[in-house]
Amino acid sequence: MINVVGVILMVGITAYACFGGADFGAGFWDLTAGGTERGARPRTLIAHSIGPVWEANHVWLVFILVVLWTSFPETFSSIMLTLFVPLSIAALGIVLRGSTFAFRKEVGRISSQRNFGAAFAASSVITPFCLGAVAGAVATGRVPAGGIAGDPWASWINPTSILGGVLAVAACAYLAANHLVAEAYRFEEPDMVTYFRRRAIGAAIGTGVVAVAGVFILNADADYLADRLTGVALPLVLLSGLLGLTTLALHLHRATASGARLARVVALGAVVAVVAAWGVGQWPYLLPTSLTLEDAAAPQVTLITVSIVFLIAAVTILPALGWLFWLDQKNFLDDEAGAEPVGG
Amino acid sequence: MAVLPHLSPVLTLAVDPVPWARSQMAFTLAVHIILVPLGVAWAFMALVANWKGIRRNDEDALRLARHWSRYMAVTFAVGAVTGTVLTFEFGLLWPNFMEKFGGAFGVPFAVEGLFFFTEAVFIAIYIYGWRRLPPKVHFWTGVPIVISGIGGTASVVAANAWMNEPGGFTLRNGKIVDVDFVGVFFNKAMPLEVLHMLVAAYLVAGFLIASVYAVAMLRGRRDRYHRLGFLIPFTIAAIAAPVQMVVGDQLARWVYNNEPTKFAAIEMVPRTARDVPETLFGHLTESGEVKGGIPLPGVASILSDPSTGTRTQIQGLAAFPKNARPTNHEVDVVHWAWDVMVGIGSGLFLLSAWFAVVWWRRRDIPRTPWFLRAAAVAGVASIAALESGWIVTEVGRQPWIARGFMRVSQAATGNEGVWVTFLVIVALYLGVAVTLILVLRQMARRFRENDPHAEQLLPYTPRARRRASVDRSAP
Repeated sequence: MINVVGVILMVGITAYACFGGADFGAGFWDLTAGGTERGARPRTLIAHSIGPVWEANHVWLVFILVVLWTSFPETFSSIMLTLFVPLSIAALGIVLRGSTFAFRKEVGRISSQRNFGAAFAASSVITPFCLGAVAGAVATGRVPAGGIAGDPWASWINPTSILGGVLAVAACAYLAANHLVAEAYRFEEPDMVTYFRRRAIGAAIGTGVVAVAGVFILNADADYLADRLTGVALPLVLLSGLLGLTTLALHLHRATASGARLARVVALGAVVAVVAAWGVGQWPYLLPTSLTLEDAAAPQVTLITVSIVFLIAAVTILPALGWLFWLDQKNFLDDEAGAEPVGG
Repeated sequence: MAVLPHLSPVLTLAVDPVPWARSQMAFTLAVHIILVPLGVAWAFMALVANWKGIRRNDEDALRLARHWSRYMAVTFAVGAVTGTVLTFEFGLLWPNFMEKFGGAFGVPFAVEGLFFFTEAVFIAIYIYGWRRLPPKVHFWTGVPIVISGIGGTASVVAANAWMNEPGGFTLRNGKIVDVDFVGVFFNKAMPLEVLHMLVAAYLVAGFLIASVYAVAMLRGRRDRYHRLGFLIPFTIAAIAAPVQMVVGDQLARWVYNNEPTKFAAIEMVPRTARDVPETLFGHLTESGEVKGGIPLPGVASILSDPSTGTRTQIQGLAAFPKNARPTNHEVDVVHWAWDVMVGIGSGLFLLSAWFAVVWWRRRDIPRTPWFLRAAAVAGVASIAALESGWIVTEVGRQPWIARGFMRVSQAATGNEGVWVTFLVIVALYLGVAVTLILVLRQMARRFRENDPHAEQLLPYTPRARRRASVDRSAP
């Protein structure tokens, strides 16, 4: 049973990394789009592309927290006590990000849009960095078992956490760039296709460099994880690298709409593989190497409840979510939907 | 060095995380709870307008529904992120509580997650689907929002009710070893508390939204659009108000029977007695005597159990050990909050009755501007009632986080930095709140100017699609 819940937790983290990640990454490109004039076009595309889906994408985070506290309450407590600082920053970042994004869409003045946009974009980078640092802290065993606080600073300001944070931001940017190329095709904006294709290539290379540097950092900083990633989880690591190279090849050699759509899926695959590698790398530990999933588990009934809820979610929410994405991709949803009909 | 002794109380205050954790939780919840009624009930009102619009080909009603869904997009976004903060705070502020009881208390949130997901998906489809989805299909995509709003409220309040009446788990050596899902979710406090909050959501959202249109009508905007904008939410609130009187009364009696310390605080009863007066306001002295206020002889006893009238006995605070009941100061807070809630609730009921009588006799809003003035105040007043009701249930449970099982002080984090996050979050939330109101007002002004080009001049509108949408809607 506990392995089922462990898998459910990983599914939640993977989904958040993919969908929430692409969403955060869009904010990264918003941040780096330059001044008001120059950045207007890419920002518009970004706003349109994530407008209808961003809230649903972030429910995955709530899902992860709920699975953690119901199924692994003691570990949840340890994580929250130890990583109070980065998690608080992440929570504040989420507030700033969501509200300023919603505000920006509805205000008329350029200067207000710029201020809200800056807050949105900055928090889009800070939040995934903090969450990545949290992942790094957990993966390297810096969170003690037993519902007690570890070091409030060294737990997340250390080589692996920094790597986790940077890798999270890079992966988000990579996902988003791939997504936005396909979106630019959808909105029929050829110059934006070129714009984001260039960034997708840059992000793929950048993420690759961070990942390779990560090998050395992990070797020096996280024995257990490094061993596992080069052992049992190696196929997943290699798969991820391969998929990353594939998107690179697609953008360099197949500059078509279908190529971009394929690259978007392959990019998601690359992130899924990385998260899965982390999951496999940690297994059977929840907190390497002090606490196994088995020992951390809540009572059986809670685990069964969580599994049932997940099952219900799988048969009800996933189709709805699929429909949302489908409607979005088929241009059934648009930003001006609530406005006055134009021209009667 | 001489200043250190003077500073030390300040330093301890800054360092002891418990009061800061309580303040932060109270503050973030107090903000979030204002957005809850809008998230839960506004979609229903938009659907009423939407239905009217489709069925009767009513252009005003459709315009209203469309504008409401735009506002909802903004308030729902802020509600979603402030709700996410609460999810974090369970762990950040109350790690020991979650460690011990997460396996039970946390379960309703798994259900809530389902509803939250559904809500987030369909609210996006509804808000963004106006133009391109067939009207009927579009209308039906709004229905899951209403259902998930109700389900989500039920789940979250079930968790809160569990704190008042923990059940559905087995403890062994201080650890939960077995959890009964039904026992946790449908704990004994849950049915009435959920009903009370749901009705409150419709009541507050109704009065709040109607109050905006009441102000507009007072300023002379009495066209059909504003009239509908007033009538739909106000009617719903006016139906909810009498229902809430009954539900609230039932819940109070439940508290009388099951949470005697909270009830003693509500009625401010120092010692167990019969023929207890209902004291309006007043306070407890340090020695625990009632001082000030207006006593209504015997009324508290009669209301607690009408069948035994003034002979009804109410257990006093002194009947419980000092460390298992609210402090005198907390009793004052609970009692005042109770009086405010009941007072405002009664006022809203009278306002609803006034409206109902006039509407029944001549199918119109009462003509005197005093009615609209009262309706304009009712919005803010209903929020005050909502906050007061929440204060009653939360402060009335003190010192417990899970009544009888764990104290708030045992539950809190040991993290000494909470005062920093508290101050940051207050600043951030105040900023967001002020901005939210400004943005909503700005949207209203833009809608009012009714300039179809105003929407299109936004720089965040891609050119290609702008042309496309013009083409599509051209005759």
